[in-house]
Amino acid sequence: MTNRSPILSLRGIQKSYGPIKVLHGVDLDIYPGEVVALLGENGAGKSTLSNIISGTVQPSAGDMTWLGKPYAPANPRAAIDEGVGMIHQELKLLPKLSIAENVFVGRYPMKSGRLDRKVMEERARVGLRRLGLDVPPDRLVEGLSTGKQQLIEIAKALTLNARLLILDEPTAALGGEETQLLFRQIERLKSEGVGIIYISHRLEEIRQITDRIVVMRDGAKVQEFDRGDVPVRTIVEAMVGRSLERMFPTLPVPTDEVTLEVRGLSAPSKAFRDISFSVRKGEVFGIAGLMGAGRTELVRAITGADPIASGEVLLHGRPVTPRSPTDAIRNGIVLVPEDRKLQGVVLDHSIAENIGYANLGEVAHNGWLSSRRIREFAEDYIKRFGVKGRGGQNAGELSGGNQQKVVLAKWLARKPQVVVLDEPTRGIDVGARSSIYDLIMDLAREGVAVIVVSSDLEEVLGVSSRIMVMAQGKQAGILNREDANDVSVMELATI
Amino acid sequence: MVADVKERQGFAGVVLPSLRGATGPLIGLIVLCLFLTFATDKFLSVRNFLNVLDQITVLGVMAVGMTFVILIGGIDLAVGSVMALAMMVLGYLNVVAGVPMGIAIPLALLAASLNGLVAGLLITRFNVPAFIATLAMMSITRGLANMITDGQQIIGFPAWFNMMAIVRFGGFLTLTVAVMIVVFIVGLLYQRYRHGGRVLYAIGGNAEVARLAGINVQRATVLVYVVCSFLAGLSGMVLAARLDSVQPSSGVSYELDAIAAVVIGGTSLSGGTGGIGGTIIGVLIIGVLRNGLNLLSVSPFMQQVIIGAVIVLAVTAETYRKRK
Repeated sequence: MTNRSPILSLRGIQKSYGPIKVLHGVDLDIYPGEVVALLGENGAGKSTLSNIISGTVQPSAGDMTWLGKPYAPANPRAAIDEGVGMIHQELKLLPKLSIAENVFVGRYPMKSGRLDRKVMEERARVGLRRLGLDVPPDRLVEGLSTGKQQLIEIAKALTLNARLLILDEPTAALGGEETQLLFRQIERLKSEGVGIIYISHRLEEIRQITDRIVVMRDGAKVQEFDRGDVPVRTIVEAMVGRSLERMFPTLPVPTDEVTLEVRGLSAPSKAFRDISFSVRKGEVFGIAGLMGAGRTELVRAITGADPIASGEVLLHGRPVTPRSPTDAIRNGIVLVPEDRKLQGVVLDHSIAENIGYANLGEVAHNGWLSSRRIREFAEDYIKRFGVKGRGGQNAGELSGGNQQKVVLAKWLARKPQVVVLDEPTRGIDVGARSSIYDLIMDLAREGVAVIVVSSDLEEVLGVSSRIMVMAQGKQAGILNREDANDVSVMELATI
Repeated sequence: MVADVKERQGFAGVVLPSLRGATGPLIGLIVLCLFLTFATDKFLSVRNFLNVLDQITVLGVMAVGMTFVILIGGIDLAVGSVMALAMMVLGYLNVVAGVPMGIAIPLALLAASLNGLVAGLLITRFNVPAFIATLAMMSITRGLANMITDGQQIIGFPAWFNMMAIVRFGGFLTLTVAVMIVVFIVGLLYQRYRHGGRVLYAIGGNAEVARLAGINVQRATVLVYVVCSFLAGLSGMVLAARLDSVQPSSGVSYELDAIAAVVIGGTSLSGGTGGIGGTIIGVLIIGVLRNGLNLLSVSPFMQQVIIGAVIVLAVTAETYRKRK
């Protein structure tokens, strides 16, 4: 592999924002037909580096060579024209336009000055089929699952005939089957000689598909492995720069007292049907399943965020089936939602305000409150949860892990009885995850009934004393910790 | 942003944070006043200052309600028409039907508030976008206002009513200016120190986060539109007192002036940031600007151009400052 010449070479790439240096001279070579994993915690410089390659950001110093020629893209357009395809972590699709229009946005095929819809849709269909996606190209993007949208993003890059593809967390929203589909495509692209930079927090899949691993920390390349199947622990230790004792904490022993009971719950949309389970005081109850199995819909219904068609929710044997989030919160059932940025925090408001919003009633005296009182209230929780930030700082400036702590803090101030966490560590650094797990265990130890929904199998297995597996909206089974492993869970999930 | 991490005490602790995000407009207002002080010999006098206050009463009262609406990410295009309707209801009840003012004014305010209730319910229950719902209300209320007298004006209010806008108590405040100042203070305190006021920021910042945090977003939204319409009605009472007459064509395009004042004051149209403090400065900028341009004998048409330019300047300056 190394006897061939690289597609892209980076030498001494530096980037500074004012006095803050975020990249300290990075060297990197990408060869044709290889998948290079770029790993590191948030803030390690992965995104900056990929943004420099894709022309979104200009380096402060250093040289890049593309196919033997000097390369300095002034904007994303220039990089795309050279053959660099970048797939961003956050989806950048236009929901009200058709799939085909999204794939060809800005470079529509024209015929005598008019948009040639037929050619466009035909070419989009070919691109979709390459990814094994069976959706009509004239369908609107709106309403497609996140997984499918991600594949459309990839189809979009593929129709550009990219020589180098940068995938930023491509599987964050994908289910197991869709992930495998993506991996098959990556294999095929490799055999076509495309170079791929693969950024992900899911270390298991890195082992599966990458040829080389580059680990970054604090803006510098700290380690490089010439193979993909490096033990996860070794990678993580390189990422965090210290040795890890453990990833998952020990589970507390739940009591026999049932806190929450769900009986025959169904959604009006049929996203989930006839679900029954109970969670004991001090227990962590995991919910696993593939994308679209109805997990998120189920927990949103339990917490009053989405409507319930039939069935009931009981708290200590008392029916409390919620009609609104306010209802559920009053009964001490709270949700830490899946999408922090859209549902968890107001990004351009301060940490203190974010914590305050769920607790204004408590902070206020006879309805009167002040910024100072909100801040004093929040400051206490900021300290207790080890949020790295000050109360006056905007939530948007925090890392994902710290944002998640803010969401947790705002609920824990209310002393809830049931805490539901939907994908609690999605997009959060490996290093920061264990502190979220610690918080979850602390909750259980204090006697809270905890429900954790996660697509990360390792995570559900690591934190739950029992796991309910869902498949296509139905409960496929509940496994005890002793019987649960990746095989038994996947068997139930794919029923 | 860094500055508000520090604890503030006393006067500065109350007033300065209210102007957060409005420091740019405040500087603009000061520069404008300095310029006019040197450019005209009539600007810097107590008399002229009181004139400016008299002239901004209608806009000031209306803009407070508009600030709440824009703060939650909404818009209310109906306020000008609602104001006209409230004025016509007042005129009809008092002059034509002979109802005493003490009853006619509350009923006129009630009529105005009902418009906000309808708009709020359209927005929350039927998911009509705020722009459309209030555009429709704008047309409906204007029509209703015209129907009351078939487009005619009404005169003949009791003499004391007009005196509210003329007599300066203590040689200083007319009652109409006092009404505006009370609305400013109550609005400012509500927005900063009341549970219900802080909730508006959460809704404007992200309505889904607010809903999941257990805030009753629908109820708060309806209330905001009711309050906005109520204040539009109140500004109608102020205008009726100033004019000593009411006519159904009053307040055309006032909603745009109110929106301009809010935006100049630094409240973002997408909601969640800004507040009454900025709006007061925005209202003062528009008032001082109009007053100054009149003193400089600038034509009314040119004044429109200049006010448009000031809106652009204020908003781009704010955007630029944020990016830095």
